Amino acid sequence: MENIAEYLKAERSQEWRDEVRKSMKTKLRLEKVRVQMSEEDPNVRNTNNIEVNTGLSVEEAVLEAQRCIDCPTPTCMTGCPVGINIPKFVKKIETEDFLGAAAVLKDTNGLPAVCGRVCPQEKQCEAQCFYTIKLGKPAVAIGHLERFAADFEQKSGQIAIPEVAKSNKIKLGVVGSGPAGLAASGDLAKFGYDVTVFEALHEIGGVLKYGIPEFRLPNDVVDVEIESLKQMGVKFRTNFIVGKTASFEDLKEDGFKAFFVGSGAGLPRFMNIPGENYNGIFSSNEYLTRVNLMNAANPEYDTPVHSGKLVAVIGGGNTAMDSVRTAKRLGADRSMIIYRRSEAEMPARLEEVKHAKEEGIEFMNLHNPLEYYADDKGMVKSMKVQKMELGEPDSSGRRRPIAIEGSEFILEVDTVVVSVGVSPNPIVPAALPKLEITDWGTIVVDKDTMQSTTIPEIFAGGDIVRGGATVILAMGDGRKAAAGMHKYIQEKIKAN
Amino acid sequence: MSKILEKEYFSKNVAKIVLDAPEIAKSRKPGHFVIIKIGDKGERIPLTIASSDPEKGTVTLVVQKVGVTSDKLLALEVGDEVTDVVGPLGEATHIENVGTVLCAGGGVGVAPLLPIVEGFKKAGNRVITVLAARSKDLVILEEQMREFSDEVIIMTDDGTYGKKGLVTLGMEEVIQREKVNLSVVIGPAIMMKFAALTTKKYNIKTYASLNTIMVDGTGMCGACRVEVGGKTKFVCVDGPEFNAHEVDFDQMLMRLGAYKDQEYAAYQKYLETEETVA
Repeated sequence: MENIAEYLKAERSQEWRDEVRKSMKTKLRLEKVRVQMSEEDPNVRNTNNIEVNTGLSVEEAVLEAQRCIDCPTPTCMTGCPVGINIPKFVKKIETEDFLGAAAVLKDTNGLPAVCGRVCPQEKQCEAQCFYTIKLGKPAVAIGHLERFAADFEQKSGQIAIPEVAKSNKIKLGVVGSGPAGLAASGDLAKFGYDVTVFEALHEIGGVLKYGIPEFRLPNDVVDVEIESLKQMGVKFRTNFIVGKTASFEDLKEDGFKAFFVGSGAGLPRFMNIPGENYNGIFSSNEYLTRVNLMNAANPEYDTPVHSGKLVAVIGGGNTAMDSVRTAKRLGADRSMIIYRRSEAEMPARLEEVKHAKEEGIEFMNLHNPLEYYADDKGMVKSMKVQKMELGEPDSSGRRRPIAIEGSEFILEVDTVVVSVGVSPNPIVPAALPKLEITDWGTIVVDKDTMQSTTIPEIFAGGDIVRGGATVILAMGDGRKAAAGMHKYIQEKIKAN
Repeated sequence: MSKILEKEYFSKNVAKIVLDAPEIAKSRKPGHFVIIKIGDKGERIPLTIASSDPEKGTVTLVVQKVGVTSDKLLALEVGDEVTDVVGPLGEATHIENVGTVLCAGGGVGVAPLLPIVEGFKKAGNRVITVLAARSKDLVILEEQMREFSDEVIIMTDDGTYGKKGLVTLGMEEVIQREKVNLSVVIGPAIMMKFAALTTKKYNIKTYASLNTIMVDGTGMCGACRVEVGGKTKFVCVDGPEFNAHEVDFDQMLMRLGAYKDQEYAAYQKYLETEETVA
């Protein structure tokens, strides 16, 4: 940690940083008001797939960057799971060196255009910003600025490909091409390894493609980042399930020395209440995969999706928000969130809840489904819902929802999306009997190196380790694991 | 991408397709399936593997034309590529020496049954196979089945070949004649439902291989869920084979119909476009 502090100090005392700081009085910086992200009109955007946030203009970005006072101890960085040098990239924006800002982001984050869009900044960097913790004012809009710099680079056509060490010809495998796998593969390529990413689906990107909708994270944005990894020499194999198509043993025989497993969320959870297997009731994974990955809403594509006029989405997380807003876009008259706690306990990003409300999503907070009813063809037609109230805090620290007896009522629905979480993907644990896993099915790893506690050549991160996490935490894991794998391989080489 | 190396029609709407898929051919065991997708705009559908040749690196599928995707697949010729093929998926059949095994296949369900018949025979069992079809020209893989079965009984709905009657009639004939230790049934859901009811009467342990709707096929989406023994199971990762006496076939039939209207409309539209093109 000391090294990092010293490094940051040295960086901060560079001439250009001094000049930027002195170019404006701190008092003036503090007087500025946080920029507002401009958005598409809610009543237009809820009928199409256009990205909601339109991004900052150059002027807006520079003004916002000026708010940052370039603290001697940048507390914001403690909130970032991948350790972005936040003040440095923000000050690059202030000096209008936008490509330079993007390069700073890419030093530690292979997917800045993604993170700028989907990170819960209000719980991470922005929660630790000087403005938040000392002044009680809105934080510097670090997330918006990150997206600005990354988008600027993507649009400039001058995409900097990170420097890659000379190839050491050592083959490493990455299982899963979601955020954890992409982050790990980028770092491993930088160290000079011969990296192959194995993806089960027919598209690269994992949850960034099948899960997060176009209106929040356009696929093009993800593809540019994947292209950069390809330029760095990372190989991708789609339609390849490690543990099924080939075993870990097969791949080892083929020369692979170690693996990073980022196989992600598997089995969707259901509530196990009566009628949950009726038609028209989906997991959010299925609903979003059909729409996002398979393009089911587009009549030119073969995959169908059932998305009705009265849609209830069960849950209060980001995936629930993605599902309910998708339903609205597919033409629902009523798109409803049914969440058993209150808005204060919702795990979704604040911005997603705000956007959902603007788009006409109905929030039935403190409500819980009890049973589903179907027509004679087995298609869901209504559900029994019970009202809840909040009691004492539970083990998660959130106030526990308690059912109000006698408050049950029938709600008419024709589509239900169950978004109450996922269990880890079972394929890798099933393929490696020696792997230590928890009762929840997650892989047990050393928290610093992300190395399996029982199989030294296996490293893991993201949802397969955490059970359910965010894109940025998965990426943080991928980076840590890459460092762990590098150390493991180098030590093995020395030992021989 | 997997290239089609061979293609042979068994009947007007049923054909065998041999694909170049060396990794799958090497890893696959009886009971496994693949997911295929045709073209950038295609959908993902599961197809059970009928056989494979690890040395040649090939996988054989038997496909019946029932909708857009199966029609598109059968429209491909030798030398064409199937855009996406992934597998082998699911849990393999648990094959051991149990004594006498009664295998029953209906329609194209006969294809995935073939490697299971072969497996049980090679494990030292007495294997009796009942093949059921609507009429003579829809009976498939009879020769191959005879190779690995001690006896093959053919049942047709219209009596044009073998005996006239449903699969259950042929199964009961065997059960009443001799001791059966295990039964495996694969075919349309309705056929498996009644086959399971038949063996249940005689308390014979029975496995059914379920062919539900799937999207990813790796346990992610839950489209394939069905109740088995009162618990919701995912066919793609928990199956595709289950204790047939515990499967809620009525629920499975209902769930198979989830997109019936949309599928029918899409197929009609597809056929019309094909005609215009032709």
